[in-house]
Amino acid sequence: MSNLFIYIHQAFAQHALLAGALVAASCGLIGPFVISRGMAFAVHGTSELAFTGAAAGLLAGGNPVAGAYIGSLAVAGVLGALGAKERERDSTIGVILAFGLGLGVLFLSYYHGFATQATNILFGNIFGVSNDQLLLLLGVCIAALITMLIIYRPLLFASVDPDVAQAKGVPVRLLGTVYLFVLALTVTSAAQIVGTLLVLSLAITPAAAAQRLATKPSSITLLSISFALIASLGGIAASLASGTVKPSIFVTIISFSLYIFARLAGHKPGYKAS
Amino acid sequence: MANFLDTSVLRLSHATLRFGKRTLWSGLNAHVLPGEFVAVLGPNGTGKTTLLKIILGAARLTSGNISVFGMAPGQNNSRIGYVPQQKNFDKFLPIRGRDLVELGINGNRFGWHNHKAAVGQVRIAVSLVKADAYADNPIGLMSGGEQQRLRIAQAIVGNPSLLLCDEPLLSLDLPSQTLITHILDDYRKRTQASIVFVTHEINPILPYVDKVLYIANGKWIIDTPEKVLQSEVLTRLYGSPVEVLRHNGRLLVIGADEAAGNTQGMHHEEHA
Repeated sequence: MSNLFIYIHQAFAQHALLAGALVAASCGLIGPFVISRGMAFAVHGTSELAFTGAAAGLLAGGNPVAGAYIGSLAVAGVLGALGAKERERDSTIGVILAFGLGLGVLFLSYYHGFATQATNILFGNIFGVSNDQLLLLLGVCIAALITMLIIYRPLLFASVDPDVAQAKGVPVRLLGTVYLFVLALTVTSAAQIVGTLLVLSLAITPAAAAQRLATKPSSITLLSISFALIASLGGIAASLASGTVKPSIFVTIISFSLYIFARLAGHKPGYKAS
Repeated sequence: MANFLDTSVLRLSHATLRFGKRTLWSGLNAHVLPGEFVAVLGPNGTGKTTLLKIILGAARLTSGNISVFGMAPGQNNSRIGYVPQQKNFDKFLPIRGRDLVELGINGNRFGWHNHKAAVGQVRIAVSLVKADAYADNPIGLMSGGEQQRLRIAQAIVGNPSLLLCDEPLLSLDLPSQTLITHILDDYRKRTQASIVFVTHEINPILPYVDKVLYIANGKWIIDTPEKVLQSEVLTRLYGSPVEVLRHNGRLLVIGADEAAGNTQGMHHEEHA
């Protein structure tokens, strides 16, 4: 525990906590839409292909973060262009995902730099990021947050009731594509903290827990953001305190514990309230 | 071109719809005046749903003209309330009945805005459809009839001048059918809104209907229900014997389904 109080005064720890807070807020905000639009697999797919992009970036010039953003945006572009229905989209993601992961492993096998770089992509390393990377992360998260606040209501309409939304003049298809890009950027940012393999613990678990405890969309969103913040900041703090264990492990543990708590304490979806 | 003497909410002239080589209707002339209740009848695959989509600007006529509030379709959709063909909501949707209704007011608005202003309007619309008791439940957990009532509330909450309803009574029990038609009719009488109502089942709405647009076999007829729903008129429309029986104010159309089956040949699913 004493580690925590030593580190908390240092710039690297403060930067990590700031980045963790922004990433958590963005993830918590997009989470309920991931569920209502049935996009859990898209999140997983996008983050895995951020891995491919990161590996390519590493190989090309040692910049995995830029590679990850480019990789995930490319996937969002492909998915948006397909604009397919849920079921078709899932199989498309499966196809791209399998190929992309293989490609990523290929890139890594040609990479002869530090092996930790590769594990950082998979499991995250918020303490190792440079100031430039941190600034990029902040910019991306703020852009994602602002975009989500602007499109929140029409996106909610388009997600739960697309036919009527279309009739009321909501650009349903365009919003779906914008959301995909926001999702890709957020997921890639989150990957820097929890790693591409564990992104779902910030992008879905908090929202899934929130949905067990609330029924009003704004309450679900606020709870989802709160849970993501607790998991992210708690995970980073716990990692600092431990001194050796990566934050991602604690983030997933806290996030999962909150979900278990919500399942035990909350109502069951599909259970008729009287 | 806008005609300033034309008070009609909706006007179709020489309107034709084709899917590939199949003509669903051609040369359709029809208009809907303020406060009118128009039923659209006909077998499956005659382009009834597509007609509603054309009015919304989401589909196009093959040829001919359409004006909605004197303008091209899609220009004034905020003045239109739409009840789509019933499709049950996903059980896990993170939204309550009341929130669905509110989206009818502000769901198309970007950015931040005052949600409190909508709360009162939502409350009125919810109690109009007698859904107060369950409007705070998640929409996905409601019965089909409960969901449909909230859909109606969502359609009328924005005070539309035109209501487009696509089979809104489908799979509802008789009391729900009666309640929903009553709410719609009451709304139109209060506000002089027009209603275009696509249906298979004319009886629940027969007392309220001003005009019937009957489409079958690539042909159409529009007139008062008394004039359209006659054995000889429908026989001519279908091109094979159809009989209309009247019993206690209810109508029974015999032979229409068989006639539709014979003439349709291939079945076409009804969507844009």
